[in-house]
Amino acid sequence: MFPFSFEWVWDLGHLVFHGALWYALSILGIGLTYCILKAAWQASRGEEHDHGHH
Amino acid sequence: MDSALIPKGVERCPLGRFLAFIAIVGAVLLWGVVAMFLIYIKGLNQTNMNNAYGFALWIWADLAVIALGGGAFFTGLLRYIFGKEELKNIINYAVLIGFVCYSSALLILAIDVGQPLRAWFIFWHANVHSMLTEVAFCLTCYFGVLTIEYIPLILENRQIERISFFRHLAHNMHGIMAVFAATGAFLSFFHQGSLGGVSGVLYGRPFGFRSGIGIWPWTFFLYTWSAAACGPCFTILVTRITEMATRKKLVKDDVIDLLAKIAGWMLATYIAAKIVDTVYWAAVTAPAMGFTLMDFYTNNPGSAYGLWILIAEVGLCGVLPALMLIAPSVRRNARLLFLAVLLAVLGACLNRWVMILQMQAVPVLPFERWFTYFPSWQEIATTILPVAYGIILIAFSYRYLPIFPQEAELNPLPEGGR
Repeated sequence: MFPFSFEWVWDLGHLVFHGALWYALSILGIGLTYCILKAAWQASRGEEHDHGHH
Repeated sequence: MDSALIPKGVERCPLGRFLAFIAIVGAVLLWGVVAMFLIYIKGLNQTNMNNAYGFALWIWADLAVIALGGGAFFTGLLRYIFGKEELKNIINYAVLIGFVCYSSALLILAIDVGQPLRAWFIFWHANVHSMLTEVAFCLTCYFGVLTIEYIPLILENRQIERISFFRHLAHNMHGIMAVFAATGAFLSFFHQGSLGGVSGVLYGRPFGFRSGIGIWPWTFFLYTWSAAACGPCFTILVTRITEMATRKKLVKDDVIDLLAKIAGWMLATYIAAKIVDTVYWAAVTAPAMGFTLMDFYTNNPGSAYGLWILIAEVGLCGVLPALMLIAPSVRRNARLLFLAVLLAVLGACLNRWVMILQMQAVPVLPFERWFTYFPSWQEIATTILPVAYGIILIAFSYRYLPIFPQEAELNPLPEGGR
């Protein structure tokens, strides 16, 4: 639900619930987008890296 | 035939034997799928749920797998936030188990809601005063986190990794995994807690109702705590079962010992809090609502709920495994460790059973009798379905993905091996 939906009420419940939802979704979306764009950039430049993760 | 897909430096059983195993488990999966479609086509009349049992076997299964899947968030928290580096050798498997548990929970919910095409209503027409809304939000988001944590494992498959973009993507995702893990821990804290809060706020049901802090009943905190304690126990249990099935050592003992030790202390503190909560509920909360403790455990013909279930949950499957896991000598004994984590896992399942099904069995009005319920075969089949699905996903992941970083070192191939 977004603030422009007709059911939206500007109260603490809506702000906390939906604020936390958007916050979490934003972190996941931005993080994933960053990884994908960076990988595309690295792949296009032919970069390589060490296999030191896990 | 599929050797090009199998990780380097490890050995797998012949493809024919693997497919035969998948076919057997797949038959069970198919049984569940048939029941699932029966429910989708004919509706919830295929279940034995009734006016007394709006929450039934499925909700118990949901809560149990979510608690046991807590190993993923807690192990991730220990590894990425608290810097327990040793756990990098089991975190992949914890993530996989968590992914199986949470996808199973969502699958069961998709059957349980009756009208899955309207499942999105809970996001768009959210009731912000409901614990279950918070559960739905956090559960969905956390499943997204687990998917993000599982994707790099898939991308590390030998053939997929040959593609430059996927190799970089896996590397980059590992690089910022701490951000995803922290988000996952935040989401898990709230949805595990809110699942406990559901029974704790039911003031019309004195068996489940608890006092608490603000809008959060004590069950909110106890559920999160127990998931953090029993989730890692489930990870250890499944790891040991996988080792038995593959006849290989997959994780070094020091890694298991560390996780078991942390789980033991978590379980010990949880069970201490649970005992305090139970005593306060029995002595203050329930009497204030007109009930004595024994009202919940006696005079219940047709149901098996006696004091034994409280003793089994708190004593046999709570205090005992906590004491066992704290003791280094027990942790070093493979059989006793297996028994301890098995008891802890059963304790979490029993706790969810009590707080969901026993709570609904207890009459709340003087003229009511104890309510009885036995699930239909369709409910049982759809509850076993995720187990079969989990076994299949774990089998494929183990065969084709580098789930266990220490496997090659612990099981060196003979000269001339892959």
